[in-house]
Amino acid sequence: MILIYIIIILFVGGLLAWILSRISDALSRWVSLLFLIVDLILAVNLWINSADLFELNTGQNWITQVNLSWIPQFGINFHFGADGLSLLLIMLTLFLGILSVLTSWKGITYRVGFYHFNLLWILAGITGVFTSLDLFLFYSFWEVMLIPMYFLIGIWGHENRIYASFKFFLFTQASGLLMFAAILALYFIHGSISGIYTFDYTALLGTKLSPSTGMWIMLGFLIAFVVKLPAVPFHNWLPDAHTEAPTAGSVILAGLLLKTGAYGILRFVLPLFPDASRNFAPVAIILGVAGILYGAKLAFAQTDFKRLVAYTSVSHMGFILLGAFSFNQLALQGTVLQMLTHGISTSALFILVGSIQDRIHTRDLNRLGGLWEQVPNMGGVGLVFVLASLGLPALGNFIAEFLILTGSFQSTVFWTIIASLGLIASTIYSLRIMQKVFYGKKENNWQISDFDGREILIMASLMISIIWIGIYPQSFLKTSQPSVREILKPLKNSEMIEVTKQSENKHSENFMEFYKKRSLK
Amino acid sequence: MTSLDFYVLLPLIILGIAPVIIMISIAIRRYHPVVNVFSLLALIAAFLTLFSISYYLPRQVTPLLIVDNYALFYWGLIFAGAFFVILLSYKYLKDKNINSEEYYILIFNAVLGSAIIAASNHFISFFLGLELLSVSLYVLIAYTHFNEKPVEAGIKYLILAAVSSAFLLYGMSLVYADTGTMFFPQIAKALITSTGISMLSVYGFALMIIGIGFKLAIVPFHLWTPDVYQGAPAPVTAFIATISKGCVFAFLLRLFYQLNLYSFYPLTLIFIIIAIASMFTGNLLALRQTNVKRILAYSSISHLGYLLIAFLAGGKMGLSAATFYLVAYFITTIGAFGVVTILSNKDEDAEDLEKYKGLYWDKPMIATIFTTMLFSLAGIPLTAGFIGKYYILLSGINTTLWLPVICLIVNSVIGLYYYLRIIVAMYTRSEGKSNEVMAGFSFSGGFALGILTILLVWFGVAPSGILNLINSLVTSLS
Repeated sequence: MILIYIIIILFVGGLLAWILSRISDALSRWVSLLFLIVDLILAVNLWINSADLFELNTGQNWITQVNLSWIPQFGINFHFGADGLSLLLIMLTLFLGILSVLTSWKGITYRVGFYHFNLLWILAGITGVFTSLDLFLFYSFWEVMLIPMYFLIGIWGHENRIYASFKFFLFTQASGLLMFAAILALYFIHGSISGIYTFDYTALLGTKLSPSTGMWIMLGFLIAFVVKLPAVPFHNWLPDAHTEAPTAGSVILAGLLLKTGAYGILRFVLPLFPDASRNFAPVAIILGVAGILYGAKLAFAQTDFKRLVAYTSVSHMGFILLGAFSFNQLALQGTVLQMLTHGISTSALFILVGSIQDRIHTRDLNRLGGLWEQVPNMGGVGLVFVLASLGLPALGNFIAEFLILTGSFQSTVFWTIIASLGLIASTIYSLRIMQKVFYGKKENNWQISDFDGREILIMASLMISIIWIGIYPQSFLKTSQPSVREILKPLKNSEMIEVTKQSENKHSENFMEFYKKRSLK
Repeated sequence: MTSLDFYVLLPLIILGIAPVIIMISIAIRRYHPVVNVFSLLALIAAFLTLFSISYYLPRQVTPLLIVDNYALFYWGLIFAGAFFVILLSYKYLKDKNINSEEYYILIFNAVLGSAIIAASNHFISFFLGLELLSVSLYVLIAYTHFNEKPVEAGIKYLILAAVSSAFLLYGMSLVYADTGTMFFPQIAKALITSTGISMLSVYGFALMIIGIGFKLAIVPFHLWTPDVYQGAPAPVTAFIATISKGCVFAFLLRLFYQLNLYSFYPLTLIFIIIAIASMFTGNLLALRQTNVKRILAYSSISHLGYLLIAFLAGGKMGLSAATFYLVAYFITTIGAFGVVTILSNKDEDAEDLEKYKGLYWDKPMIATIFTTMLFSLAGIPLTAGFIGKYYILLSGINTTLWLPVICLIVNSVIGLYYYLRIIVAMYTRSEGKSNEVMAGFSFSGGFALGILTILLVWFGVAPSGILNLINSLVTSLS
């Protein structure tokens, strides 16, 4: 039930924030903040209480589940469940949710109530996506989270917001419908084999599909997720949506919405279609690597600070595709970590851009420069997250990318080497940010104030998290490990077991042992 | 006719007596609010009698009408639809400053005609019902006759409806020539016993499709739709878009199920082509419109296209999918035109997209309701429209109608674009300036929209109840 409470609290909080804005805007901000904090406490509490579960390795994968009847005629249930992977992402959602409310504390003054309503409903939708174990329910949340996001971009966005919000909505809706058709196809095939027509995830696992139908249905799912992710041929909507969204919108978009795509691949594509995923893996890996390099190249070419950060997401999300389709524990653990660290580091960069834009009303890199003198705090924070984004050891992103590359090295050496070039490219574009914004010549004589207390609080919490993941990733890896093992199970059972797999598993387990030992010290 | 026959016709009798009473009351004294309330009460009475007659069904009343559970459900739907149309009409008519009492007489005649169509299993009763409906609609469309557009729309509808009726009659006569009867059970028997497919009957039914297609406004018989929708008073448009289409669709289903016309491949092929053409034509033409009524007109063309997929799927599933979709379509369409009605004022209807700019900041409730209606039309989850579309997809995939199903998915995306345009307009930042062209709020209209929105979300979130009802009543047909 706790999962349902978490979602309901968000829905109710949104409505309250909307209604209370009639009394005062501040009230609606505080209410949103309060509801989110309560939610985060609930989620963290769940995490702490379930710690034993991960230690014991009981094989019990789901921490908590709820299964209520919804539309029995169609075999649709309110089936929510959370395993380690879901739980980590829920915590990320609520954490970034709190930060989004805080970042919009002063920046948003127009229709504050409706703004917070949308904000909380997006978070509710995302939480629903991360916990649904019924495909129909999943699709409902998948669509529902888009509508408030669309409003967020369309109403509170920057200059070109209408165009961006249209593009965002049409891209994601079109791919979502494709996924829906795939869900229906799976529903019918499973029903015709077993005689039970159901959308339940656990029941649909292990449905036997012929290779060609399996591939088509898998592609239906994958395209929806890859558009969200976004991987290279489908990344077109992202820079516009990110650039035009208000700061909190960018934070949610980059930090959470993209993760729903990654989550979908891990939760649905790999376990439901192990054979098709294996067959498709070479293509997916090439797409991933292409994303890493092409995203980095585009990021380097931008003159708009926000657009630059947006393109770095394309690059970082390429790693997720690479890791997910390497099918081993190391790479998948890396993928999960990448989801968390990218959420944190990119959000931080977007908040940084937002606070610069709020102060001097430009994001043009050519007009910025030499800001360090005036705003040393901002510069310091910027430096930390720029370094995180380029993958400096001791910061979270390094661990994630390192794990992914180590894992993918075992499945494809050539593409891993190419992908590693992405690290160099990311160094170039990341340092360019520092160069253009904080160092270099003063282009204009900006009068700009440094971070205030609220912003320091936001940035400090982000910094603590990214360093935490960088220095002690074990606390998160431990949580996600049962989920990762569960994801890999059908893949290992799938027919094409390569001989090299044996040794590969040994490697990855050695590595995990190493981490465990280190953490015990 | 026995007394029980009369008893099961009680709802129709109420609908027949109500306009007579209104007529008499006009002769004594014109008083609009009383007539409005009386009409609502008459519809509620007719609706309530449905429960009491449900014990005596199915019953063939004369060879003309069959009162079965299927007809019962559609009667309920028609009465409920008319109830909301009347609720919405009150303020609209009051603002237009026109003799309003006759409007209700015409509405009752149209509802009576629709109810007859939904319960007819004889060509004659179908034609009678259709004419009763059409003749009332000619006048209703041109009811606000001091403006140019309604009159133009009325004449357009009159001419085209007459032509399509001619086709319909010719088709009926061909079927009659072939089978020697106009009574469905006998036609069904004659069709089965005849050796092979009789081309004469197929031609007859094909010609009937023209007449039916005109009423349903499906491509290529849709040309009147945008003009009439735009010209007619907004509540009348709601009536044309829902009740007049719904009852004819109910008849179409009955025709195909009882005569088992699904076995005539040419006819299903015609409908596959019509369905695909309707979806694409409706959606593509809606893209560039700037008039809300016209957008809704084109969108209704495409929705009938979706509906035809469920119709083509056939079987129990297709039947209940089509019925559920119709229920959702009734709610959303009356709701959407209800919003247009409420926002209309004396001089003109609120049809220009420009007028909707920043509506949300002015009238948040109405804009929210309109948004919900549009999302339902677009098929976004948690609305009845989504469940309906899902059910149609389900029935289509179940009967491997792949091409129409793929077209439906493609069209859902195209459709999104123009629904979003309206939504975008409503949420455009207005920076404080208030849109004074829009009329104010009315209690009856607000009440109607509130109920419709609740129903919409209810059927979208918890459709179990209504699905059970549909399955137990409607599937009596197959």
